[in-house]
Amino acid sequence: MFSNIQEFYNILPLVIIGCGIIVSILIEIYSKSGKSLLPWFSFILFLAAGFYSLLTVKNQSIIFQDMLSTGGITNIFYFIFNIGAALVCLLSVDYTKKYGVNYGEYYILMQSAVLGMMLMAGAKNLFMIFLGLEVMSVCFYVLAGVNRKKEKAIEASLKYFLLGSFATGFLVYGIALIYGSAHSTSIDAITAGFAEYSSDIIFLVGILLFLIGFSFKIAAFPFHMWVPDVYEGAPTTVTGLFSTIGKAAAFAAIIATLTALFSGESSSMFLPYLAVLSIFSMLYGSIVAIAQNNIKRMLAYSSISHAGYILIGLAAGTSTGVAGVVFYLAVYSFMNLAAFGIIALVEGENDKNLDINSYAGLGTKSPVLAALLAIIMFSLAGLPPLAGFFAKYYVFIAAIKSGLTWLAILGIISSVISVYFYLRIVVLMYFKEAEGEVVPSKSYSGFLGVAVSVIMVILLGIMPGSLLDLITSFL
Amino acid sequence: MEQSYLLTYLLAVPIIGSLLLLLINKEKAQTIKYVGLIVSLIAFIISLIIYFDFNDLSSEFQFVHKVNWISGLNISYHVGIDGLSMLLILLTTFLTPLTLISSWSSIKNKIKEFTFFMLFLELGMLGVFVSLDMFLFYVFWEAMLIPMYFIIGIWGGERRIYASIKFFIYTMAGSLLMLVAIIWLCVYSADLLGSFTTNLLDLYKTGPTIDTTIQGFLFLAFALSFAIKVPLFPFHTWLPDAHVEAPTAGSVILAGVLLKMGTYGFMRFNLPLFPQASIDYAGLISVLAVIGIIYGALVAMVQTDMKKLVAYSSVSHLGFVMLGIFALNQEAVQGAVIQMINHGLSTGALFLLVGMIYERTHTRKIADYGGIAKIVPYFSFALLFTSLSSIGLPGLNGFVGEFLILTGAFKSTVLASWWFTVFAATGVIFAAVYLLWMYKKVAFGEVTNPEMNSVTDLNSREKLVLIPIFVFIVWIGVYPTTFLKVSDKTSENIIKMVTSPENHLTIEKTDVP
Repeated sequence: MFSNIQEFYNILPLVIIGCGIIVSILIEIYSKSGKSLLPWFSFILFLAAGFYSLLTVKNQSIIFQDMLSTGGITNIFYFIFNIGAALVCLLSVDYTKKYGVNYGEYYILMQSAVLGMMLMAGAKNLFMIFLGLEVMSVCFYVLAGVNRKKEKAIEASLKYFLLGSFATGFLVYGIALIYGSAHSTSIDAITAGFAEYSSDIIFLVGILLFLIGFSFKIAAFPFHMWVPDVYEGAPTTVTGLFSTIGKAAAFAAIIATLTALFSGESSSMFLPYLAVLSIFSMLYGSIVAIAQNNIKRMLAYSSISHAGYILIGLAAGTSTGVAGVVFYLAVYSFMNLAAFGIIALVEGENDKNLDINSYAGLGTKSPVLAALLAIIMFSLAGLPPLAGFFAKYYVFIAAIKSGLTWLAILGIISSVISVYFYLRIVVLMYFKEAEGEVVPSKSYSGFLGVAVSVIMVILLGIMPGSLLDLITSFL
Repeated sequence: MEQSYLLTYLLAVPIIGSLLLLLINKEKAQTIKYVGLIVSLIAFIISLIIYFDFNDLSSEFQFVHKVNWISGLNISYHVGIDGLSMLLILLTTFLTPLTLISSWSSIKNKIKEFTFFMLFLELGMLGVFVSLDMFLFYVFWEAMLIPMYFIIGIWGGERRIYASIKFFIYTMAGSLLMLVAIIWLCVYSADLLGSFTTNLLDLYKTGPTIDTTIQGFLFLAFALSFAIKVPLFPFHTWLPDAHVEAPTAGSVILAGVLLKMGTYGFMRFNLPLFPQASIDYAGLISVLAVIGIIYGALVAMVQTDMKKLVAYSSVSHLGFVMLGIFALNQEAVQGAVIQMINHGLSTGALFLLVGMIYERTHTRKIADYGGIAKIVPYFSFALLFTSLSSIGLPGLNGFVGEFLILTGAFKSTVLASWWFTVFAATGVIFAAVYLLWMYKKVAFGEVTNPEMNSVTDLNSREKLVLIPIFVFIVWIGVYPTTFLKVSDKTSENIIKMVTSPENHLTIEKTDVP
């Protein structure tokens, strides 16, 4: 199977997670202390896979009969997924107890989801994308409803499942049409003949359906209707998982497949679609978020809006744009993980303290936590010198370089609108007196996860060069 | 000390100081206050060292320090100053310790956070004045909103939340449009220069070559951001709210330095980057400036709240500065520069005085006062002195700036109409009306409010704050050359860049690949 040992080294991140899943199942079955062991086992597993991917980022190759690529951007995505998942493990240790889902399965599902994401990011074949997507999505459906006793969680899970399968339907149909026209599912083969196939209407419809399928997954308008309910109903840490690296995985798959759109002579064909999607997502997300009183719903709409900003990079249709997208996804993952991590700490039992008014007076009661959340809110709003600003700056550069100045202007209009609801949290924390008895839970691991994310947001804001140079060196 | 590092030291002082503050226990209020004061004094001393090393005879940027920051986008940490930034740096580092002393007793809760944000704010303001890289400038420009937002929001008056959000969103809306313009300019320049760069000195060479129509759009995008900050009529509506609700220290910094960032932005970016558009739009901006002068003065006249009166007088005074900048000749621009400093001193002092009396009486209503000249003679003298300086009494600082601006505008070939001067001059008369009226109602007459009898006069701490400001008010009034000569060559250079950009370009064109 492995033509040489180098390929084995290249694929090691997937092997680590794959073996980890098997070992985790064994731990869950045979060990009595499995519940307390598994979060830390998964944490180490993710860290190992993440840092290994980063160290071997230069080993670019295509393996498994042109099924998977390794190295380069793929490994950068592996790094993002695994570090994100490792942080979610930290956040989950105490949260799962509070939420009543302290099961070993929780972590096993998380590992499987990450495996699915990795397959998507490295895919060189449409079937591989489908395989990865389904592995990830099915795990997410279960994770959303992991607490069977909560009605809201069940509702979220079911909604996610129904709409998710609907989206998958589009995707499979799209793949079928592409195959019907191109007689291949290999992405490279399709890319090579893109100019030739693109005169075929069936092929174009196939690509469009494929894009629509992924528009669901990245939570772009008008395929966003599942987002608020699912984000609200799912356990907070799980929401953190699929709003960050889940979204990153969907974007990774788009980048992996649509390189043809960016290089061929018909490159401008689907860019208007992405641009329109981007505009509506940004503006709709920002405007509707203003009216939200549940912090998780607010972040859900903010997530729709951020999908719009990320789409600006794709709509630019250049390598600068793609670099911007990858950078934005990394930054966005850290920002949202920190935000959901703090929500998980503040959240009480039975979905208490999710109303944004619960955050009133947090600045006096737990100053450090409030300061961290304020930094994240400023970063989400795009204020320098935080990473959120630089990410936006970079996609705007990509847009203006491609002559899409109007798209950048709409982006800033949306940013200004979004400032209002991000600042609302800061206003509540610092300018208002506390109303109820809100006591954030003491969780050292959770706090560590949040602190690491915030430090990353600050570091990537002050020194974005390191990550950016790495990304651009592969594009 | 290596000369080129001086500006970096200047920026490092508030950073180190604010980090040091985080380590101090918040119960130790006195220690925190002293640390904040000492840090801001060190910054002042460094800026004095810079001033004494500064070469007045050069129009080049001095103390330049450049380090690569984000190499992929050619963004660097690039700082340097010319005469204009030199004066504004001195103003910033001069006012910051004074405001910290002035809030010694008026800020009672969250002293640690307050001092932290004040130092953070100082860093942001200094950063704006020394940046020679568009990206670096923008980072400081935006980052500075955060401390001001908290200062208004936490320590402000009753409607502080409304005022702080309005301030934030208003200014951010303007600056984000500028961000798009900055990126557009850099992308455009990338074609000419061969690589993407945010280096201001490189952009100076490419900016004037932009097609006139697009230059106009870029000019407007930059101008909107700066006009909101100045504030130029009709973008001034955030100002009265922010000023009235902000604590005294916030108002002083806001009026003293923050507003100058807008006028500084016009001089540093709009004029040299878009010379053709600057001349095209000079008329429009000057009309708005004159409207601002008269409108601000008229509205100030009917205010019943002392702080609001001073706030509207700012709108009027900044109108003079804008008129001076866009008259585009040596007298007017020099007048505008000196008027920026004057306004920082006089209006800063007015806000300090209003804050001092408010601390004692807890009212800012003019009608609540009356006859306090007998009760608090030192305070009344200080208020009169500052009002006269703000009005522009010859011998005090305000006169110099306004006189230069008015004569400059009269002679201006760009504006080519003496009506600007005629209307603007009425602003001086109105200023005398509203300030002297206020003074009359507050200080003279019978004591109508019995509570005023128990008010105490200025204490020595408050005198310590006011005396240095008064020294400079007289100094500029009597011998303005000390300050005018610092910015002389810079103003000349900026005017040259606008009126004859070709010369400037042909000298530098060899650098363009």
